[in-house]
Amino acid sequence: MDQLFFLILSILAIGSALSVILTPNPVYSVLFLVLTFFSIAGHYAFILGAQFVAIVNIIVYAGAILVLFLFVIMLLNLNKREQYKKPFSSKIVGIVCGGLFILSLLAAMAGYQSNEEMIKASSADIGTVQVLGKVLFNEFVLPFEVCSVLFLSAMIGAIMLGKKNLKDH
Amino acid sequence: MENILQHFSGSLNNYIILCSILFAIGVMGVLIRRNIIIIFMSIELMLNSINLLMVAFSMHHGDPSGQVFVFFVMAVAAAEITVGLALLVMIYRNTGSVSIDALKNLKW
Repeated sequence: MDQLFFLILSILAIGSALSVILTPNPVYSVLFLVLTFFSIAGHYAFILGAQFVAIVNIIVYAGAILVLFLFVIMLLNLNKREQYKKPFSSKIVGIVCGGLFILSLLAAMAGYQSNEEMIKASSADIGTVQVLGKVLFNEFVLPFEVCSVLFLSAMIGAIMLGKKNLKDH
Repeated sequence: MENILQHFSGSLNNYIILCSILFAIGVMGVLIRRNIIIIFMSIELMLNSINLLMVAFSMHHGDPSGQVFVFFVMAVAAAEITVGLALLVMIYRNTGSVSIDALKNLKW
């Protein structure tokens, strides 16, 4: 049953990821990206047993980032006159480079043999909120606080960039 | 049918292969598309494949630190996308296009 889940979720993730980069319309790309993120969240929840990461993935990506993407696409009012065609040769070069990249990654991993058992069996309750919260607020308190500074600076930067005329203010 | 399915268990090797493919799709998206919005989406795709691999390794080794790192990756991704989209709106306002060809002057 788990194998069937893994197969379905993987095919869904790879297929929708390919659709993201191949559909010409940016709105459809965003919707396929939602599908990719949901299938990755399905991997987290059903196969790896990391429930908290799954929920956070859905909330942060599908809830926040993709809504931001959709807002920007609708704000920009992109019409059909620009198709942003790249020359055919550069597309071929891009696809060949990506294929070679996959090959080199897989060749680097070829010698590695993990035991074939399911990952979840060895570690039952690592993905729970309780365990993660303890780790986050004991060992990783400083990075957590630095993250808040990062968000503050990103927010200020976005507001400053979004203003029409900085000199007027 | 059972024999074929045996190869697709959620083992670490399969996750390495899946995440390599997803990462490479993101790289290809950056290389073949010209719309800046799609390029940002491809970057998100790459970050997500790394997240998935990090959770798989965390579960494999029984160490929750890997999943805490995923949160930091998500935080950096969210901040990066916010600033990136603000820059994109700025570029569109100044050049009237969201193609990376509008930024050709940066080449020199």
